[in-house]
Amino acid sequence: MNKVLLIIQREYITRVRKKAFIVMIFVVPLLILGMGAVIKMVASNAEEPDSASVIKVKDESGLFAGKLHNGKKIQFLPTTQSLPEIKKELINDENLLALVIPKNFNSKDSIQILSKKKPGFALTAGIEKQMNAIVVNDGMIKNHIDTAVLHSIKSDISLNAIEVTEKGDNKSNIGANIAVSIACAILIYLSLFIYGAQVMRGVIEEKTSRIIEVIISSVKPFQLMLGKIIGVGLVGLTQFGAWIILSIISTKIAGQTVGSTPGGMMNALAVLQTIHFGKILVCFLFYFLTGYLLYSAIFAAVGSAVDSETETQQFMFPITLPLLFTYILSVSVLFQAPNSALAVWLSIIPFTAPVAMMVRLPFDPPVWQLALSMVLMVAGFLFTTYVAARIYRVGVLMYGKKASFKELSKWFFYKE
Amino acid sequence: MLSIRNIVKQYAGHKALSDVSLEVERGQVYGLLGPNGAGKTSLIRIINQITAPDSGEVYFDGQKLNQSHIERIGYLPEERGLYKKMEIGEQMIYLARLKGLSRADATARLKHWFAKLEMETWWKKKIEELSKGMQQKAQFVATVLHEPDLIILDEPFSGFDPVNAEIIKNEILELNEKGATILFSTHRMESVEELCDAIALINKSHKILDGKVKAIRHSYTSETYLVEYTGAKIHFSDTAPFSVLSETEGDDNSHNIKLKLHQGNSANDVLHYLLPQTRINMLQEVIPSMHEIFIQKVKQTGHE
Repeated sequence: MNKVLLIIQREYITRVRKKAFIVMIFVVPLLILGMGAVIKMVASNAEEPDSASVIKVKDESGLFAGKLHNGKKIQFLPTTQSLPEIKKELINDENLLALVIPKNFNSKDSIQILSKKKPGFALTAGIEKQMNAIVVNDGMIKNHIDTAVLHSIKSDISLNAIEVTEKGDNKSNIGANIAVSIACAILIYLSLFIYGAQVMRGVIEEKTSRIIEVIISSVKPFQLMLGKIIGVGLVGLTQFGAWIILSIISTKIAGQTVGSTPGGMMNALAVLQTIHFGKILVCFLFYFLTGYLLYSAIFAAVGSAVDSETETQQFMFPITLPLLFTYILSVSVLFQAPNSALAVWLSIIPFTAPVAMMVRLPFDPPVWQLALSMVLMVAGFLFTTYVAARIYRVGVLMYGKKASFKELSKWFFYKE
Repeated sequence: MLSIRNIVKQYAGHKALSDVSLEVERGQVYGLLGPNGAGKTSLIRIINQITAPDSGEVYFDGQKLNQSHIERIGYLPEERGLYKKMEIGEQMIYLARLKGLSRADATARLKHWFAKLEMETWWKKKIEELSKGMQQKAQFVATVLHEPDLIILDEPFSGFDPVNAEIIKNEILELNEKGATILFSTHRMESVEELCDAIALINKSHKILDGKVKAIRHSYTSETYLVEYTGAKIHFSDTAPFSVLSETEGDDNSHNIKLKLHQGNSANDVLHYLLPQTRINMLQEVIPSMHEIFIQKVKQTGHE
């Protein structure tokens, strides 16, 4: 057992020390943070153009006079200049626009906005919104509709989902829960392949560098395989751990700097509180670990059977197919029908469960299904590890033999 | 030290070892000889517990071979290899620790070996930065770092330049003098006579010959002698106790003859016959080299 620890240590340390690993730890949260910032910027840009604009309003209808409100960067100026005069001014000033409203503006294209540069969508949309409101308001007054009454009967419904459980009502935000568990499913899907492939590459490296024979004269092939799988798995957990810690720190910092909008933050916090983090985190760790153990054993067996990474293709496809299939279904179909027969089966079969069950999680699958799925996951990884170990012990000593599935099954039945 | 009894190993389609038995005594340098593909590596892998025999047993120091013996064996495989991207010092310590050494012991011994083989500057280097010969030297150190009782070397001299091969050869002999038993395989005969105390010859999965080198060579003598004399050329009569196989004339009036004794005669009879006739410089029994025995034996048993 001591030797397995040594192997785990080596596998872990050599990987964690790599520059790529350290860079990844910092790059991914920065990327997420950066994306958040970009989204925020785009969102705030939608309300206001980037530079201050002056809009000359030539209103022949007289309907809008004095009713257009200036924004932070938009200023409306009524004008009586003639069109050619306005156009001359527009050519000289980039930040000047002109809104031309004819006497009869009911037809669609009759109102024009003129400028040297094409005006931004946010700007035109803002003006359109204001003008529509003015016209509607005007129409109501003309038709003797009391706007005060109308405002009072205006409806703004948003559904408040309450789960009724034995412990009492539970306010939850299904959308946020779905988002988090789908994100977890995607993370599991990606990490199974990323770390599984790392195990495979490690095995191939040992085989091609021929150090394998030195090592298995010291330890049993199974010990080496186990040490490698656990070592790489710990690298994965370290990576996740670092991301979680960095994310918490960076959102705290971000929260302090954006403290000026307490309303928005409170809202986000309220949503966050409705997410069942405990349950999702426990399931995430469980399905990541068991899924990883299940797949990495297979990856290790594949690595042992080939002489180079290019030869892995023929094995990779059938291995990755179930998970890929589930992944595609997950992000499209599964979360819309979380209790369908397909979803239930996929979340119970060990090869697809890590992704499928994560997606079903916010819809509270029956406890027996969750339990069955978890028991089968454990049984599944024990089974694949057993099969993989038998192939692995033969494969690592086979050089230059082109392995097929038939060949692999033969190796499985070899005696020691 | 090592007793191999009736080992059979079959791979899909071909037999690697059929009923091979041999005894390696403590302190011996034991050569495992045979052409490529004879089954040497298969046997070595079984001794290292990398594979298990289909039948037969291996005894190590009187005990049936088991996991606890791994730490007492050092193994240099024919296919050399180390982690390319790992620093050498770290890698050597890792490999030694896998053999049960503590970190402190491994570090101390490694420093000693690096100094001895003039490798001090390699500690922080990666394997891929070294030449092939240097890699082999490093791997040799890795093999013996845990001071094994039995050192198994598969084709140890392949890949070394003559200078390094000499260094390694001397290191092997030095380890042997300190008490280590050496088992090495080779298909090159030059090294056998000066290194080995005993050998086994394996061909086509069968052991066809084994024993102490001297004994084997003597058992292959064919009553043949080499004689050098100075003086006038002798014409041998029928009364000579031998027949002449070949005759050559050397410088300074010297002659070399190769002769085969007639049945019932000895070297003394040859001297008796020659002494009155000429001045004898040398009389030497012709003992076949291991190389000759090897070729002869392999040819006898068939070598495709």
